[in-house]
Amino acid sequence: MTTEGGVQYSKIAEIKGPLVVVDDVENAAFDELVEVETNDGERRLGKVLEVGNGKAIVQVFEGTTGLSISGTNAKFVGKVMEMPVSKEVLGRVFDGLGRPKDGLPDPIADKFIDINGEPMNPEQREYPKDFIQTGVSVIDGLITLVRGQKLPIFSGSGMSHNLLAAQIARQASVVGTDDDFAVVFAAIGVQYSEAEYFRKSLEESGALKRSVLFLNTADDPAIERIITPRVALTVAEYLAFELGMHVLVILTDMTNYAEALREISAAREEVPGRKGYPGYLYTDLSTLYERAGKLNGKKGSVTQVPILSMPSDDITHPIPDLTGYITEGQVVVGRDLFRQGVYPPINILMSLSRLMKDGIGEGSTRDDHAEVANQVYDAYSRAQEVRALAGIVGKAGLTEIDLKYMDVGDVFEKEFLSQATDENRTIEETLAILWKIVSKLPKNEITKIKDKHVEKYYQGE
Amino acid sequence: MTAQGRIVWVSGPAVRADGMADAKMYETVTVGDSKLVGEVIRLTGDVAFIQVYESTSGLKPGEPVIGTGNPLSVLLGPGIIGQLYDGIQRPLKELSKASGSFIGRGITTTPVDMEKTYHFVPTASNGDEVLPGNVIGTVQETDLIEHSIMVPPNHPGGKISNLVSEGDYNLETELATVEKDGQNVPLKMYHKWPVRKPRPYNTRYDATVPLLTGQRVIDTFFPIAKGGTGSIPGAFGTGKTVTLHQIAKWANSQVVVYIGCGERGNEMTEVLVEFPHLKDPRSGKPLMDRTVLVANTSNMPVAAREASIYTGVTIAEYYRDMGKDVVLVADSTSRWAEALREMSGRLEEMPAEEGYPSYLASRLAEFYERAGRVRAAGSPDRDGSVTLIGAVSPSGGDFTEPVTTHTMRFIKTFWALDAKLAYSRHYPSINWMNSYSGYLGDIAKWWGENISEDWFGIRNEAYGILQREDTLKEIVKLLGPDALPDEEKLILEIARMVKIGLLQQNSFDDVDTYCSPEKQFKLLKLVVDFYKQGQQSLKEGASLASIRELPVVTSLLKARMDIKDDEMPKLDQLENDMKEQFKNISGVKVTN
Repeated sequence: MTTEGGVQYSKIAEIKGPLVVVDDVENAAFDELVEVETNDGERRLGKVLEVGNGKAIVQVFEGTTGLSISGTNAKFVGKVMEMPVSKEVLGRVFDGLGRPKDGLPDPIADKFIDINGEPMNPEQREYPKDFIQTGVSVIDGLITLVRGQKLPIFSGSGMSHNLLAAQIARQASVVGTDDDFAVVFAAIGVQYSEAEYFRKSLEESGALKRSVLFLNTADDPAIERIITPRVALTVAEYLAFELGMHVLVILTDMTNYAEALREISAAREEVPGRKGYPGYLYTDLSTLYERAGKLNGKKGSVTQVPILSMPSDDITHPIPDLTGYITEGQVVVGRDLFRQGVYPPINILMSLSRLMKDGIGEGSTRDDHAEVANQVYDAYSRAQEVRALAGIVGKAGLTEIDLKYMDVGDVFEKEFLSQATDENRTIEETLAILWKIVSKLPKNEITKIKDKHVEKYYQGE
Repeated sequence: MTAQGRIVWVSGPAVRADGMADAKMYETVTVGDSKLVGEVIRLTGDVAFIQVYESTSGLKPGEPVIGTGNPLSVLLGPGIIGQLYDGIQRPLKELSKASGSFIGRGITTTPVDMEKTYHFVPTASNGDEVLPGNVIGTVQETDLIEHSIMVPPNHPGGKISNLVSEGDYNLETELATVEKDGQNVPLKMYHKWPVRKPRPYNTRYDATVPLLTGQRVIDTFFPIAKGGTGSIPGAFGTGKTVTLHQIAKWANSQVVVYIGCGERGNEMTEVLVEFPHLKDPRSGKPLMDRTVLVANTSNMPVAAREASIYTGVTIAEYYRDMGKDVVLVADSTSRWAEALREMSGRLEEMPAEEGYPSYLASRLAEFYERAGRVRAAGSPDRDGSVTLIGAVSPSGGDFTEPVTTHTMRFIKTFWALDAKLAYSRHYPSINWMNSYSGYLGDIAKWWGENISEDWFGIRNEAYGILQREDTLKEIVKLLGPDALPDEEKLILEIARMVKIGLLQQNSFDDVDTYCSPEKQFKLLKLVVDFYKQGQQSLKEGASLASIRELPVVTSLLKARMDIKDDEMPKLDQLENDMKEQFKNISGVKVTN
């Protein structure tokens, strides 16, 4: 991050939480980058949140600990925050503000890009429809991911979302090897061990040299987390739309991001929305998630898999709730399945991929894919109802057809859902298991599949 | 005299400028050296509070603010159909020519191509006295839209002279002059209208004609009338957008205005990609020929999101004034309310519930009151309608939150989306117990006259079965299915058929995506007939299992996908099969 030039001010009026109010400021711009220098010469970065009437409110990313009213200088750099980018960023590790963390010098910049990005013109977007084979049956078969999609993983503390995200990153990068593929990983306030797990996982699969890592771990400054996903996405957009690569962005954990946002909002004494989060949380999150996509006339794509842990597994909490309204579906990790030792423990009934319908079918997967997936969704949902009923009236109280649905539930969880963390299934294998499940049902229960497909693939009696 | 001031304060989309004593409320202004578009929303002394419709990043105090003297307006004229606009009617295609794949700032462009010529056919003559709203001629805007050129509602009217003859003209051509009190006012193909002001009309009618959407759960169970209001609330993943897309695709209106208000960019792209290839089931022409899109996606500037709703509804009213039925779909009004909340917060207004401003309810009411079926102002007589359908995205799926509760007060059809139904892949996930339609009684007459006089009765019978099932389900939950007698088990069975065979509809299936009213009625009648014959068979000693296993059950459930709209005889065949099969199990003749 270069900060030559700029105008320096030393009249600090107030320091509260992550904010510094600078007095007698002239010619500062909204959103401008600020370099704050402490008594002992330490330099921290910040940006202007509000400016006017001779005052500027500056948000300091690295926190205000140790700043004093006298002796602190604020330098207004004269431009918004920018990330230096070039092909050399591949294989590198940066901190949460985009500064090298791997002991190597700054990469030589090809250009500097405003980290806030600009909204993609919807008219210029290309509708995403290229199937990504992740090798994970439940994703490929029922919650299909396509290039340019934003599909978050909603999880809870302690569950196996990292295993799943790492498996997706490893296996998705293998398919279609003639295309340029890259992984951008942003750790937002996660534990060091989690970030390290991702790094190792990418290293072992040989994908590290095609990856860019941004690490803000739990012990790094909280306010920096506002910046981490933005620098990561700026690099991703550069790789995708200027270098033509297919970029998979993993952002973890978005809950920490939203909490940093809440901290700033509280310090600014804004009227809060739900649970103390600012009223603009939706808009703010959308400026991150909407940076996924494909563009007309550009080869690359940005696919996002943000991970967020739902506080007390509550999907109606503002963070998962507002995320779900922006993203194109969600993959929900289920506590019950996790407890039973199922991996990946995906609750398919609560999960959804909005772009699935266009990414599957003839020409990409197979023409029966949508129908068989619908039927399995339906059957598994019936299985859950029957299980609940069996809990009350006992197995003896169930009809013959109910028992068949019980069977469907078991086969689904044991054979389809469960797979090893290094098991990479083809889409054909995945579809075969789906048909195996459907074939447990008598033909007259199959209401969502056209007859011609039933004739071709059904294996029951 | 236009205001010329200086920025004194910037915070996100909110800007304060002084030296603005000449500014008017809701006047549009240009802000800063990069000439961003903004609107005055509060005046205190000579300080104007401005909401800016573009990103304010890099804006500095001291930069100029210049008034335009005009309120935020849209340009109304041929060329609107088929466009994709942002929240303040800038065509996104033109913006991309100026700034590429991403949206730049400070770009000025005209909403329609002013140079494009249209073939004008005059319908008035020189010397005619015209009033505001009178049609003076028509142009063919698209294959589907005959566009009336009207005397603007804010025009004084008067005596026509210099009327051009039939021929090709562009938008800037003076088609005629109108003389009133010695003053000559030119008439062109277009005029401007302030978005926050409803366009006037002559008289308003009751909404008694159904808007047919081809969606069974809507048309048959919870219908909406032309000129009516409806709301579709639902948590994420319940299928709001798909349902709205279905309405936009298949509704029997002449014009569709689709507003993507704070939603996903890819959804607008989907419409843009899909609609030109989809054919209107009635005319066979591409759907894009009747559609206008207004897109202010979630990551575009928040203030323009607030304006996008008004931009859309003003365009809708304009086509209504030509005597067309217009459907406006707004996805989502919650994001519009959030934009209000954000600006209100920056204005430091006292918040009401959940931080929303106290005027949220009145703004919603004003918006939904712009719906209606009307006789347009001026001659000749033209009847048109604006149907307003707004999605609501309640936080946490909680229908008691302010936007949902206030919306419910101002709309008449309520399609409650249900996460539980969506989780079990019952789409559209419109919950039949929580939804309602205030138009049912009014439009029953139309169905009686046009489809079948039995419609109302049969529809209510089917709905009754669903209600019975709801009660019976509670018993089953406690005691198991064996606690019910066969007659009641039959009801559960029929309810399942109603749900799978009628309520569920696959938008992505070529056949099932649209269902004609005739087919809707026939399917409904078949299921209700099945119920009656089943009851009869039970009485005559047939077992429930034998009824359940009739081959006709599966055929009935799949008929929505297997039998096309133009294959109605196949449904008659199904009816005969059903009678035959019932005859076989009960061994006696079954009568209706």
